[in-house]
Amino acid sequence: MWWKYLIFLAMSVIIWFSFTTPAPQQQIGEASRIFYYHIPQAWICVMAFTMSAYYSIKYLKKRNAIDDDCAADASRLGLLFCFLATLTGAIFAKVTWGAFWNWDPRQTSIFILLLIYGAYFALRGAIEDSERRAGLSSVYAILAFVTVPFLVFVLPRMVPSLHPSDSVINKDLKFTMGPQVRTIFFSSLTVFTVMFFWIFNILKKTNILRRKIEAGTI
Amino acid sequence: MPENSAGLVSKATAVYVKDLRLELRSRVGLNAVFMFGLTTLAVVSFALGQASLSPKILGALFWIIIFFSAMSGLAQVFVREEEAQTALALRLNADPDAVFLGKLIFNFSLLIVMTAVITPLFFVFTDAPEAGALNFLIILALGVIDLCAATTLVAAIIAKASVKGALFAVLSFPILMPMLIALTLASDKILAGGSLSEVSGHLQFLTAYAIVMLTASVMLFKYVWQE
Amino acid sequence: MFTLKAVNLGKVFGNRTVFSSINLELNTGDSVAIIGPNGSGKTTLIKLLINLIRPTTGKVSHFENSNRLDENDFRRSVSFVSPYLNLYDQLSGEENLKFFAAARGGNATGKEIETLLARVGLERRGLDLVSTYSTGMKQRLKYALALSNQPQFIFLDEPMSALDDNGKLIVSELIEELRPNCVIVIATNEKEEYALAREQCRLGQ
Repeated sequence: MWWKYLIFLAMSVIIWFSFTTPAPQQQIGEASRIFYYHIPQAWICVMAFTMSAYYSIKYLKKRNAIDDDCAADASRLGLLFCFLATLTGAIFAKVTWGAFWNWDPRQTSIFILLLIYGAYFALRGAIEDSERRAGLSSVYAILAFVTVPFLVFVLPRMVPSLHPSDSVINKDLKFTMGPQVRTIFFSSLTVFTVMFFWIFNILKKTNILRRKIEAGTI
Repeated sequence: MPENSAGLVSKATAVYVKDLRLELRSRVGLNAVFMFGLTTLAVVSFALGQASLSPKILGALFWIIIFFSAMSGLAQVFVREEEAQTALALRLNADPDAVFLGKLIFNFSLLIVMTAVITPLFFVFTDAPEAGALNFLIILALGVIDLCAATTLVAAIIAKASVKGALFAVLSFPILMPMLIALTLASDKILAGGSLSEVSGHLQFLTAYAIVMLTASVMLFKYVWQE
Repeated sequence: MFTLKAVNLGKVFGNRTVFSSINLELNTGDSVAIIGPNGSGKTTLIKLLINLIRPTTGKVSHFENSNRLDENDFRRSVSFVSPYLNLYDQLSGEENLKFFAAARGGNATGKEIETLLARVGLERRGLDLVSTYSTGMKQRLKYALALSNQPQFIFLDEPMSALDDNGKLIVSELIEELRPNCVIVIATNEKEEYALAREQCRLGQ
């Protein structure tokens, strides 16, 4: 229960500091503040997808309905954060480079992730039998997940990018952010991650209860 | 005539030959794929008139045509089994790996036949430079392999959905996009007269993609085929 | 000796319990008829016993002399005939049999196929497409396919459906021939088919 308040407090603090401290990157200016939000969102999007793939594998092994529920919920949250990441990314792109969208490889990757999530739910919607739905969407989640390394690691190296590449870690693997920026950034990353797991946990408990009610064991 | 452990290859070949025979008797897949390819090509050619296109656009156009032709015809091989309700008999008698491989090779054959016809026509109708033609064939071969590697499992998945509609394209596209991008970029360079060494990174990408997708598909197929 | 074992088998679809706590143990030579009114779950039970669907509770396992058969081994030893099992319409009877034999990793010579077709009374229609067969003929072809596998387990859902008197005779004889070397499971509504099995499993109570 007190997690709720803790997260609320932490997030408020982060938001406050993200706007009242000097902008993280001087060349880009004020718009660079979005970095505190955009990167955590993108990170959570990928993490949620990984969780979905993990629960999908678990489901295929043990066939417990609860694992499919978790995979679907992780995907729902992932979709939300993916959407947010795309939005904040597009805003940043417009302010900095003049266009909302220009198919820079990271933008392309987040777009593809959006499509994958969409496809996942389209598939779930197209299958009536719940066991079949769980099995087939699990397979798709895993198959789609297998393409993610190509998106995240290989593609950006094949195509010239507009993304600031030195903003987090430069070639010498040293942090290029100043100490204050680093604090706010990692705090933001932590709070977002905690919030994600908090929401996911609530969804998971709801599902467990729902399954128990259906099975008549409550 | 009980089953013995005679190779996967011979069992897969049996599945392949069966699908080939069925296809030749009904021509559903062939028709879809050819009609789509030819129609799109004709429209493009007509719209172009005498104008010529940059290699970039040529590459993209070509792969759009191939992609959508594939979407119109590659799901057949599984959907047909479900609709005719022969999937049960197949499932009870055939090794799942053999089923997957047989159908994978079938889709591959379908695509090869289609591209064998469409590619020369494409070069003729769009006046694409012949300079890179031979190198382009290598990109083409990799592209076709990648397409089959990724979409055969998806076809198996959507065959079991209650409402199919555009599901095949919706599910395939995000998975294919990385490789489509690599293909388009590589085609751009090759059609502009570049050498294969210039696109070696892309070729490596496409090869790795094929290997990864094939491995994943073979491992996951059982879970789709058996409920 | 081959064994089919079902322990505490139950199946639930949504919130409808089709059946629960079904226990069966059958060895080579045994046979059971699953009987019950429409909708009592006969087809569901057969599908569970062949591992076509997963049970909600309980377990189904198959053994050869106490060694558990894995899915591949089981698939090689089982045959199934049912109204909803279809063969390839656009292939001939012969092509169907040849294909399934090859898909199993074996080989069916022309002679073997002729023998099979003759056994089920389709000797003159082997070269015709299955789409030209009547329902009764398709049923006979399914039996030919079932035989070609030389099964240890044979499952028959509505064994005599669509068959004329001659067909029914052929099938009864077939089952008697197979009985000593097979586990036979039948699902049926027809009283005359009850006699094909030595035991009964009644659903829908």
